[in-house]
Amino acid sequence: MTDLETFRAETRAWLEANCPPEVRGPRDGDEDYVWGGRNAVFKTPAHKLWMERMAARGWTAPEWPSAYGGGGLSREEAKVLASEMRRIQAQMPLASFGIWMLGPALLAFGTEEQKQRFLPPIVRGEIRWCQGYSEPGSGSDLASIQTRAEDRGDHWIVNGQKVWTSYADQADWIFCLVRTDPEAPKHLGISFVLFDMATPGVSTRPITLISGKSPFCETFFDDVRVEKENLIGTLNRGWDVAKALLAHERTMIGAMGDVGVGRPLGQIATDALGVDEAGRLDEPSLRARIADYDIDAAAFRLAMERVGDQVKAKQAHPAIASMLKYYGSELNKRRHELSMAAGGSDALEWEGERSKDGAVARDWLRTKANSIEGGTSEIQLNIIAKHLLQLPGA
Amino acid sequence: MPLILTEEQTMLQDAADGFLNEHAPIAHLRKLRDSRDPDGVSRDLWRAFGEMGFAGVVIPEDNGGSGLGAVEAGVIAESLGRTLTPSPFMGSSVLAATVLKAAGSEAQKAWLGKIAAGEAILSLAVDEGPKHAPAKIATRAERAGNGFKLNGAKGFVIDGHIADAVIVAAQTDEGLTLFLIDPQTPGVAVERTIMVDAHNAARVTLTDVMVDADAVIGAVGAGQGPLDAALVLGRACAAASLVGAGDQAFKVTLEYLRTRKQFGKLIGEFQALQHRAAHLFTELELAKAATLAALQAIDAGRPDAEQAAGVAKAKAGRVAELAVQEAVQMHGGVGMTDEFDVGLFMKRVRVLNELLGDAGFHAERLARAQGF
Repeated sequence: MTDLETFRAETRAWLEANCPPEVRGPRDGDEDYVWGGRNAVFKTPAHKLWMERMAARGWTAPEWPSAYGGGGLSREEAKVLASEMRRIQAQMPLASFGIWMLGPALLAFGTEEQKQRFLPPIVRGEIRWCQGYSEPGSGSDLASIQTRAEDRGDHWIVNGQKVWTSYADQADWIFCLVRTDPEAPKHLGISFVLFDMATPGVSTRPITLISGKSPFCETFFDDVRVEKENLIGTLNRGWDVAKALLAHERTMIGAMGDVGVGRPLGQIATDALGVDEAGRLDEPSLRARIADYDIDAAAFRLAMERVGDQVKAKQAHPAIASMLKYYGSELNKRRHELSMAAGGSDALEWEGERSKDGAVARDWLRTKANSIEGGTSEIQLNIIAKHLLQLPGA
Repeated sequence: MPLILTEEQTMLQDAADGFLNEHAPIAHLRKLRDSRDPDGVSRDLWRAFGEMGFAGVVIPEDNGGSGLGAVEAGVIAESLGRTLTPSPFMGSSVLAATVLKAAGSEAQKAWLGKIAAGEAILSLAVDEGPKHAPAKIATRAERAGNGFKLNGAKGFVIDGHIADAVIVAAQTDEGLTLFLIDPQTPGVAVERTIMVDAHNAARVTLTDVMVDADAVIGAVGAGQGPLDAALVLGRACAAASLVGAGDQAFKVTLEYLRTRKQFGKLIGEFQALQHRAAHLFTELELAKAATLAALQAIDAGRPDAEQAAGVAKAKAGRVAELAVQEAVQMHGGVGMTDEFDVGLFMKRVRVLNELLGDAGFHAERLARAQGF
C-alpha cells in the first residue's frame, strides 16, 4: 500500500469509530452548524463531542501546520479526509470564519507570536470571529471605509460603524478594517486590526432580512481601545491583508455551490412530486433543469478542486477566487430556485412544525445574498476582466 | 491525483500544439476544404502523427504504440480542437484502438500497429439515426454459413469514406456484437458525407453482408463492454476537443476585444462585453476541470468514469457552444465572413457536440443514473 492508501484506511477506521451517528447525514438546517466560541451552542452532545474529537487531531483545519494546532495534512491527504467524510456523510465539525477567512490571512501576514496566540483557539473552536469590513457608505467600493483609528501611542481609539457583520452579536472577536491614515489615497491608509467584541464601546444590532432571520448585524464602535500588538501586517497596508482574506472569503462563499451540500435535488423533487411509469420525475421541464444544474454543479466542484491543486502547485492567479465566488454563488441561488420549484406550494409555508418554520423558503431567500456578500457578482466579473483577462480600462 | 497536468503531460501538450501549429494550422483545413480533397484529411500528416507517437498514444508498446493513457489522448484531442485539424485521430486512435485493445484477437490487433504508425485509418460505426443512441442499435447480424450476415444502416461514421476497416456494432441473438469489416466486402455501400465543418463522415449501408466468424471482435454477444470503453474515452476526448476549440475561439475573441476600436475606445473597455468575457472564462475553467477529471477517472479505472465522461462531454459542449456564439457576436460583421476563422470554430463545435451524444443526451443519462 502507498502512504496515501494507508492514510485512507486509517482515516476511514478512525472516522467509523469516532464520528457519532447524530452528525452523519444531510444537515437539517442552520442549527446543525457548530460555530464554537465562548457561548457555543450545540444541537446535541454528539455535536460537541464530534467537534472536540476532530479538533484534537487538528482536523477542523486539516491543512494548517500542526505547530498551530492544525492537522498538518498535505493537500492530497486533506482530499482523502474530505472524501472519507463525504463517504459516511459526516457533517462539518466546526463552521468558522476563523478557519475559512482569518486563519489563512494570519498564516500569511501574522507574526510568529500572533500565530501562536490566535490560531490554536480557532482550531479548537474556542473563539468565534466576525468580520468588520462593509460600512453603510462602503459596499462594493470597500476601500472607501471611514471607520477611524486614532493613534494614542501604544493603542488606537476606534470610532465608526460597520454593517453586514455576520453574527457580530454572537462573535467573541472581530477582524476589522480601520482607517489609520485619512490623508493617504484610499487604499493606502487602511490597517487590519483584531479586537475583542467585549471591549467597552462595541455594540451590535441585528438586521432582519427578507428571510425573517438575522444573520447580519450593524456594529458600532464608540471610543474602542485597540492594542497596537493586534495590528496584522504593516500599518496602512491593511488592504493587502484584506484582499488576501477576501480571496478566502470568496472561495468559502463559492463553496456553497458545492454539489455535495445537502440532499440531491433530484431526490428532493421525486419525493415531493413522484415519478412516471419509467421512473422519471413526473415534471419533465423541472427534471431537465435539475439535470442541467447537476452537470454544472459537478463541473463546479471539479473546478474548485482544480483551483486548489493549482494554488498548491503555484500555478494559480490570486484573482481566481473571484471566479469561484461568482459561479458558486450563482449556482447556489439556482439550486434554491429549483428546490422551491420542487416543493411547489408546500415550499411556500412560512410558519409551523410541518415546514420547520418555512425552512425551505427561508434558505432560498438567504441565498440571494450570496451574490452580494463578499463582493457582488458584478465586482467579481470586473476583477476577472481586469486581472485574469487583462481587458483594457477594466 | 491533482487536477493538473504532470510535467510529462505538459511537454506532450507543448509538442502537440507546436506540431499542429506548424504543420496543420487552420490554413490546412481551408486548403483541404477549398481543393475538395478526395480524402478530406492529409495522409502525410497522419503518417507524421505516427512518427510523433500521437497516433498510437493509447496503443500498448507491444503493439507498436506509445502506451500512454486517456489524459495524454485528451491532450492531443484538445490540440486538434484548437487548430480544427481534420485527422483520423478520433476514429482510429481513440475509438477503434480502444475496441481492438480491449477485445481484439491477435490477428485483429495487427491493425493497432498500423494505426500507431499512421498507416491505417479505421472507423467505428455506431449511430443509426440523426442522434447518438447506442442503446437503440437495430443493425442485425444473423448466423449464416460459418459466419454472419449483416443488414442495417449506419450514419455519422467518422472517416468512414476512407476507412481501411470498419468496426460495426450489430445485434445478434446473443446480444450486441462488434464486427471488423472490410468495406470492400460485397453488400457494403459507403457514401461520403462532407459536413458543415469540412470534416468528413460517411453513411454505411450493409445489405446481406457475409462475414466469417473471425470478423467478430471478442465474443459473440459481448460487444457492449469494449464498445462502452471506446465511447467513454471518445466522449472524454471529444470534450477535450470542445475545450480546445472553445478556448481558442475565446482567445481569438479576447485579442479582438483588446484591439478593435469603436466610439474612440477599445471595445474591450465596455463593461457589457467585459462581463460576458469574464463569464465565459469562468465557464471554460469549469469545462477544463470536468474534462481533465474524466480523463483521469478513465486512467484510474474508476467506476464513475463513464458518468464523469458524460458530465465532461455535456459541460464542454455547452460551454464551447457559448464560446463560439460569443466569438461571432463580439467580432460583429467580420465574424460572419468566411475569411475570418471564428465561423470555422462555430461549425466544428456543432459537429463535436453531436458526436457521441450531445449535452441533452448526457443530461438524460445522468438524471437516470441519479434516479430521477
